[in-house]
Amino acid sequence: MSATDEIRPFFPALSRKVYGKSLVYFDNAATVQRPQSVIDSWNRITRESNANIHRAVHLLAGEATDAYESSRDAVRDFINAAAREEIIFTSGATASINLVAFSFGEAFVRDGDEVIVSEAEHHSDIVPWQMMCQRKGAVLKVLPVDDTGHLRLDMLDSLITPRTRIVAVAHISNVLGLINPVREIVSRCHSKGVPVLIDGAQGIVHQSVDVQDLDCDFYVFSGHKIFAATGTGVLYGKKEWLERMPPFMTGGEMVGTVRFSGTSFAPLPMKFEAGTQNFAGAATLKPAIETALAFRSGRLRENEEAVKSYLLDKLLNDNRIHLYGVPSSPEEKIPLFSFSVDGAHHEDLALILDKMGIAMRSGQMCAEPLMDRFGVTGMLRASLVAYNTMEEAEYFISSLDKAIKMLV
Amino acid sequence: MEGQAKTLQETESEVVDEFSMFDEWLDKYEYLIELGKSLAAYPEGSKTDDRLIKGCQSRVWLDYRVSDGRIWFNADSDAIITKGIISLLIRIYSGRTPEEILSSDFSVVDRIGLKENLSPTRANGLVSMIARIKEIAVENSRI
Repeated sequence: MSATDEIRPFFPALSRKVYGKSLVYFDNAATVQRPQSVIDSWNRITRESNANIHRAVHLLAGEATDAYESSRDAVRDFINAAAREEIIFTSGATASINLVAFSFGEAFVRDGDEVIVSEAEHHSDIVPWQMMCQRKGAVLKVLPVDDTGHLRLDMLDSLITPRTRIVAVAHISNVLGLINPVREIVSRCHSKGVPVLIDGAQGIVHQSVDVQDLDCDFYVFSGHKIFAATGTGVLYGKKEWLERMPPFMTGGEMVGTVRFSGTSFAPLPMKFEAGTQNFAGAATLKPAIETALAFRSGRLRENEEAVKSYLLDKLLNDNRIHLYGVPSSPEEKIPLFSFSVDGAHHEDLALILDKMGIAMRSGQMCAEPLMDRFGVTGMLRASLVAYNTMEEAEYFISSLDKAIKMLV
Repeated sequence: MEGQAKTLQETESEVVDEFSMFDEWLDKYEYLIELGKSLAAYPEGSKTDDRLIKGCQSRVWLDYRVSDGRIWFNADSDAIITKGIISLLIRIYSGRTPEEILSSDFSVVDRIGLKENLSPTRANGLVSMIARIKEIAVENSRI
């Protein structure tokens, strides 16, 4: 039995039929399908241990709190954070970045300061910084990418000035699928005293992340892209930063004492977890991480590599197709392929492929500046994880060929 | 210019009948692609922002003129399936009086099984195009 045959039954959605055909789910970078263990975890808390966390002394509250807090420990282990207080639960990567942009901005950014983002960022790693810069009178500067989609690291040193307060960059762009040299970026920024936030929304899925080894100041990701429930997310931040940042939202369990004359705040991590948390969701991060780890090992890993190489080869060597994010070596790329086709609109291709049973993303992929950079109105994206099979990849390539022939 | 020979409702039924012949999705798309490719040319100079109906993925340009109380539509899209649907809409709504246009329930795209192309949550340009056709008809009706 193949590794994918063994794992696929644990993902109920993968056995769905669409338009009478077997579903080929190639939109994993948008959200991945949930394993049964995650669904069970959610159901168990909702059915048996539904109680608001932290506050009450009764048994159910204890169970819910344990599930929530043990997920925090699981996340801490998963990314090797130095302390559990450095793991803040949020509603997703977007919420995590908004939190940092606001709270870091309040504490450290002044009129005339600068923030650097890359040209390949998702809107969620652009707009919160843009809004913060507008509030603070700061300037947003952009690190460009070259024609192959690689960050212009040669320009980084000259972009950083004594006014640079923070650099925000994706671990892996959701459009280009290239693994950015984030460790090097962090070390170069740190040598000039500038902290770095890494948007790990895609990186966490395909890379082993050790935040102490990366030495990044913040690392953010969404739960739903690594098999957990939607509406879950993580902000990792170094304690030295988090302790000096004011709360983003206030109220609920994040307070120390409240008087009408003033309020003091709870210590980390609760200082940043205002209001009732998504405890049923956050608890699913624990089984989700187990799945993510299984996907990175042994035969599943080998399968993912084989499928990736096959698709990279097919898409690179078809002269009708423009692939964005061309790796210097295959190890630099995850199985995420954004492309355009001469004479065929991405929406048409996506509509036709959908009717062939293939779910893909088309459009601007929340990265309009990058679309402008490459002079396109949108792209088509196939994004895979280790449960996708070689047969699916082959079916996709032959279906894509058929769709192109219908249109061109 | 003469108006259309058939009533708007007759043309709507005709289009629905044509599409009922297709069992397969891909045949439906093949037909729309064919219609899209044969849509009357839309002048490049009229692809202006004020005629642009922006969707999330495909762009639609809609132009019109009024003569003898009838509204004549001309439209284009950068996506060919959308263009095929546009060609159906022009066949139904162009050359009609505002009153005729407003007598339509605008459900024809739904009835030919292309509802998903019209889902407002997908922010498709077609939704806005139909809304714009209605708007133009209201603006030009003599009420």
